[in-house]
Amino acid sequence: MDFFLQQLFNGLAVGGIYALVALGYTMVYGVMKLMNFAHGELFTMGAYLGLTFLGVFAFTELLGPFLGVLVLILLVMGLVALVGVLLERAAYRPLRSSPRLSAIVSALGASIFLQNAIMLVYGARFQVYPHGILPNMPISILGVDIPLLRILLFLVSILMMAGLFFFVQKTRMGTAIRAAAIDQDAARLMGINVDRVIQIVFLIGPALGAAAGVMVGIYYGQINFTMGWVFGLKAFTAAIIGGIGNIPGAMLGGLLLGVLEAMGAAYISTAWKDAIAFAVLILILLVRPRGILGERVADKL
Amino acid sequence: MNQKHVILSILLAFFACFPVLFDNPYWIGVLNDIWLYAILGLSLNWIVGHTGLFNLGHAAYYAVGAYTAAILATRYNVPILWAMPLSGLAAGLFALIVARPIIHLRGDYLAIVTIGVGEIVRIALENDVFGLTGGSNGIFGIPRPEFFDIRIRRPWQFYYLIGGFLLLTIWFFYRLEQSRFGRALNYIKEDDTAAEGSGIPTAYYKLAAFVIGAVWAGMAGTLFAAKMSTISPGSFNFWESVLVFAIVILGGAGSIPGVILGAFLLVGLPEIFRNFADARMLFFGAAMVLMMIFRNKGLLPPLVRKYAGVVRKRGGLA
Amino acid sequence: MSLLSLEKVVKTFGGLTAVNRVSFSVEAGSVVGLIGPNGAGKTTVFNLITGNYTPDSGDIRFNGVSIRGKKPHKIVEMGIARTFQSIRLFQNMPVVENVLAGCHCRMKSGIFASMLRTPGQKREEKQALETARKMLEFVGLWEQAGLLASNLSYGKQRLLEIARALASGPELLILDEPAGGMNDQETAELLTLIREIGKMGITVLLIEHDMGLVMRACEKLVVIEYGTKIAEGGPEEVKNNPRVIEAYLGVEEEECEEIRNGDGESPC
Repeated sequence: MDFFLQQLFNGLAVGGIYALVALGYTMVYGVMKLMNFAHGELFTMGAYLGLTFLGVFAFTELLGPFLGVLVLILLVMGLVALVGVLLERAAYRPLRSSPRLSAIVSALGASIFLQNAIMLVYGARFQVYPHGILPNMPISILGVDIPLLRILLFLVSILMMAGLFFFVQKTRMGTAIRAAAIDQDAARLMGINVDRVIQIVFLIGPALGAAAGVMVGIYYGQINFTMGWVFGLKAFTAAIIGGIGNIPGAMLGGLLLGVLEAMGAAYISTAWKDAIAFAVLILILLVRPRGILGERVADKL
Repeated sequence: MNQKHVILSILLAFFACFPVLFDNPYWIGVLNDIWLYAILGLSLNWIVGHTGLFNLGHAAYYAVGAYTAAILATRYNVPILWAMPLSGLAAGLFALIVARPIIHLRGDYLAIVTIGVGEIVRIALENDVFGLTGGSNGIFGIPRPEFFDIRIRRPWQFYYLIGGFLLLTIWFFYRLEQSRFGRALNYIKEDDTAAEGSGIPTAYYKLAAFVIGAVWAGMAGTLFAAKMSTISPGSFNFWESVLVFAIVILGGAGSIPGVILGAFLLVGLPEIFRNFADARMLFFGAAMVLMMIFRNKGLLPPLVRKYAGVVRKRGGLA
Repeated sequence: MSLLSLEKVVKTFGGLTAVNRVSFSVEAGSVVGLIGPNGAGKTTVFNLITGNYTPDSGDIRFNGVSIRGKKPHKIVEMGIARTFQSIRLFQNMPVVENVLAGCHCRMKSGIFASMLRTPGQKREEKQALETARKMLEFVGLWEQAGLLASNLSYGKQRLLEIARALASGPELLILDEPAGGMNDQETAELLTLIREIGKMGITVLLIEHDMGLVMRACEKLVVIEYGTKIAEGGPEEVKNNPRVIEAYLGVEEEECEEIRNGDGESPC
C-alpha cells in the first residue's frame, strides 16, 4: 500500500507538469485548431533560462528558497511568453488562411529551429541544476513519506491551474478565449478581437510551459535540449486524453497520464514507460477521439 | 517538351557516369544517401503527396524493412538481395495492420497517431522485441549483397545498385501516377467526399497508398541495411520521418522530380555546408517555415496530367 | 417494381428528426422532382439514398435490392450517380480529368497492370477517355476539356458535375439543385439536357427550387415539409394540393410568378 501511494504521488507530481505543458497545447489548438509542435521547445527554453538566471541572479540567496524560486519562475515565464508571441507572429500568423498541412509543416520547422537554437547556445550535453535549491525532506502523508519537493511541485501546478481556470471562467478575456475556441468566426462577428485572443493564448500557454520547464529542472536536476520532444509529446497526449481544446480536460488528462505512467512503470516495466503514453494516445484517438471532456465535432455534408 | 527531354538525358548521362568521372568515394557516398532518400521520398510521396495523408512516422516502415532483411540475412543466411521483396512484404503487411484502424482519422489527428506508431516501433526495437532486434546496439555483421557473383562492397558499386533501384522506382511510379490508381489518390486528396460520391472506394485507396508506400520504404530499408552492414534503432527515429516528410513537402508533394530535387537539397546541401554543421538544422527549420509561407506547394509542384486529344488551356473564366 | 423506392425512412440527428417516415418511389424512365421549402430535409433524403447517411429505420431499395447501409461508392457502382448541391468538383484538375473520376468504377486495372502498362490497361484508359469525351460533348463542354475546372463559370461547373455523374453509366441520376446559380438561358438549356438524359433511358430524380424548371421537367413531384412527405403526384395535382399551398404560403412574389408562368394557374 505504501508503494502504491508513493507511486500515486509520484504520478501526480509528474502529472501536474504534464498538465501545465498540456494546457499550452490545448489552448492554442482550441483557438487556432493548430498543433503547436514548437511548444515543447518553449518548455525546454524555460528550463534552460531558469538555469541561466539561477546562475546570474542570486535569487535564492537574496530572497530565500521559496520566494527566490518563485521570482525565478515568474521571470522565466515572462520571457518565454514573449518568445511565444514572436513565434506566433513569425511562423503561424502568415499561414492563417493556408491549408492545414502548411501550418503543421511550419510548426515542425519552428520546432526544429528552436531546438537547435537552444543546442547552439547551451551545448548538446546534459546541464545540471544546482542541487538542494529547495528543501526536500520527507513529509508524512497518509502514513507514507513523500519528499517535500514532490508536494511543492504538485501544489504549484495546482495553483497555476486554478489561476488559469479562474481567469478563463470569470474574466472577460477568458470568456473571449472560450468563445474563440468554439467558433472563431462567430467570435469575430461578436466583436471579439480574435488577434488579441490569439496573442494572449500564446502568452499564457508558453508561460505555463516555461514554468513547467523550470520545475522539471529543479525536480529532476538534469536538463537536455531534447527534453521538449518527449515531454511535449506526452503532454500532447494528455491534452488529447482530456479532450483537445478543453482546458479542464488538459488538467485532468495531465494528472491522469502522470499517474498511469507511474503505475505502468512501477508495476509493468520501466523500459516501455514512454511507449505507454503513445499507446494510450493511439487508443484514445481510435476509440474516443474527443477525449474525456471534449465535445463532439459534427460533419456537415 | 523536347527541351525537357534533352535536360533529362544530360542529367541521366551525367549521373550514370559520375563514379567513372570522379573517383571520389566521399561524394559517391553522399549521392548514395541521396538516392536512398529519394527512394524513401518517392515511397512517402504516395501517402503524403498524392493522397494528402499526414504520415509523420514513415521511418517505421523503413525500419521494419531494414530489420527484416538484417534478421533474414544474419540469422537465416538469406542473401540480402533476395530479402528485399520479403522486407517489402513485411513492411507492407505491417502498414496494413497499423493503417487500417486509423485511416479515417482527420488530418492532424492522423499526424499524431503516425508519430506515435513511429515511436512505438523505435522503442520496440530498442527493447529487443521478440529477442530478434538486438536492442539499442542493433544488428551488425550484415553480409554484403551479391549481384551475379559480384560482391557489392565499394561505394561505387552501391552507387549503381541503389541508383539502379531508384531508376526502376521512377519508371514504375511514373506509370502508376499516370494511371487510374494515381488519379484516384489525387481525387481523394482534392475532395474525398466527391471522390467517394463519384464511385471511388476511398478507404481502399487510402490504405493502398499506405501499403505501397510502406512496401517501397521496406525495400529501401534492405538497401540501407546492406550498405551500412550495421543497423540500430537510432537510424529510424522521428527526425528521420521528418526528414523524409520534408523532402516530399518542400520538394513538391505529388511530383517525382520535386521529390528527387528535395532529396538532393535536403541531403546534399548539408554535406556541402559541413563546416556549418551545427547551424545546419537551424537553417533546415527556418527553411521549412519560410517555404510554407512563400511557396507552399514545394519547389517543383506536380504538373497537370496530359490526355491524348485534349489541349491544355490556361487562363480566365470560360 | 419501381427502380427506386423509399419505405418509411427515418433519420434523426441528435434530437432533430430530419426525415420522418418518408416513403415514395421512382419508376424507371421517369423524371421525378423532390421539392419543399428550405430546410425541409430534401438533401438529407438524397444523402440517405446515396449512402452518405444511413437511415435509422426504414429501407431504401434499388432494383429491388436494399441499399441501406451500403457505402456511397458501392451505390455508384450499383447504378446511382449524383451531383452535389454545393459544387464539389476537383477544382485543380482539368475538366476531362474530373469526368474520368466518374469512369473509375467501370474500370478494373490495378496497381500491377498500371505499373506494367498491360495492353488491357492501355485499352481501358483509351476507352475511358472516349467515354469522357462523349459525356463532355453531351453537356457541351468538350471545348473546355483542357481547362482547369476552377476556370469554368458557375453554370458550366454544374454541367461538368453532371458529365462526371453520367460517366459512371448510371441507371438513376440524382441532381441536387442543378439549376442553382444558372441564368434563364442556362436553365432552359438544362431543361433540354434533362430531357435528353431521359431519352438515353436514364431515370432522373432532382431537387430544385426553380419552379419553372420543376414544373416542365418532372412527371411526378414529391413534396417534403419538415421532414415529412405531404404530397406525391403529377405537377398539376400537387400544385393545387391545399397542404402544399399552405407549406409554400409566405412564398416570394417571384416564386408565385414562376408557378403561375409554369402552368397558367397559381395558388398565390
